[in-house]
Amino acid sequence: MAEPSNSSTDEFLKGLWKDNPVFVQVLGMCPTLAVSNTALNALAMGLATAFVLVMSNIAVSSLRNFVPKQVRIASYILIIATFVTVVDYTIQVISLDLYKSLGAFISLIVVNCVILGRAEAFASKNTVALSIMDGLGMGLGFTFALLCLGGVREILGNGSLFGAQLFHDAFQKWVVMILPSGGFFTLAGWLLLFNWREQRKAKKHERAGLSFREEVA
Amino acid sequence: MPEQSLWTIFINASLVNNFVLAYFLGICPFLGVSSKLQTASRMGGAVTFVMLVSSVCAFGIQALLVAIDAPYLKLVSFIAVIASTVQLVEMFIKKVSPALFRSLGIFLPLITTNCAILALALFQTNKGYSFIQCIVYALGAGLGFTLALVLMAGLREKLELAAVPDVTKGTALALMIAGLLSVTFMGFGGLGG
Repeated sequence: MAEPSNSSTDEFLKGLWKDNPVFVQVLGMCPTLAVSNTALNALAMGLATAFVLVMSNIAVSSLRNFVPKQVRIASYILIIATFVTVVDYTIQVISLDLYKSLGAFISLIVVNCVILGRAEAFASKNTVALSIMDGLGMGLGFTFALLCLGGVREILGNGSLFGAQLFHDAFQKWVVMILPSGGFFTLAGWLLLFNWREQRKAKKHERAGLSFREEVA
Repeated sequence: MPEQSLWTIFINASLVNNFVLAYFLGICPFLGVSSKLQTASRMGGAVTFVMLVSSVCAFGIQALLVAIDAPYLKLVSFIAVIASTVQLVEMFIKKVSPALFRSLGIFLPLITTNCAILALALFQTNKGYSFIQCIVYALGAGLGFTLALVLMAGLREKLELAAVPDVTKGTALALMIAGLLSVTFMGFGGLGG
């Protein structure tokens, strides 16, 4: 990274909002869409991913001076796979129901592009402390995005949130929101919202003649 | 269920439970490489090939891991095999067609992190398929992936010319198309039995 002046709080916050891995960078789509059919699944998946992200960031960052450049991707993947195996067995112990509803997607955290992306783009070039903050920020940002999706899909598709019924029985459930296509539509909706905000902000700047960076910060 | 006929497995993997549109696997290349028809179909070919090779390897590894009683190594060894297969394909494409190599760009090494391939290896082990069934399953999944990618690319090529609102440009539009395609593929439900 070119500017070493970045404080650790900045690294933490950028993952949460400004560079949110799902809404802004559009990474890690597969688990985002697949397990966000209820808010609980989304939360569990988000936290599991965040854990793997932080741990692999720590490992990659502390090994960054020892791993030869040619084999770095392969070694990162192996590091990530190790931590995912840990998470996989841990969730199985904590709750078998949760394990079953997340299915193969726990193992598939290995191939979540967010994790490999952070290892390659950040942890391999920065100190351990900064990498931890980056991992935490990105992980929580990912969890937040999953919750946004999972919440909307559960409310519309099942009339509940975290399993608690929200509406009267007369509520007609939008079954399509729980189905795969609902995932695509919900994410498209959130992206539209984010694009719209960006555009409105850009227009405001044009009129006021302010520099773009100030407002973002 | 090992009694399933090969045809059922094939239809299930390619249409009914299409990896992209029903299981959400391999969304990244699906959104990333689907803007041109030609690139999309070649990407599909590369993915299908990696799927076939890694499926065969995964079958062997699973047998070995059961023999030495080390199931916890499953994930690590699967991903190692996939990564090396992708490396092989990458070198091959670079040698045979540098133009294709450039047009696939970053998405070629990223086949490693294409969840569809790892998922295929995991699903076939979970389902306990025999060797032949594994190959058919991999073929079906690969062709299903290619089909989804090509359909998407065709639609997006047409949409290049359409006047859409500025807000919807890019990923949001692609996701809406994907949603519609996914609804369409739900129509195949029940076909595989």
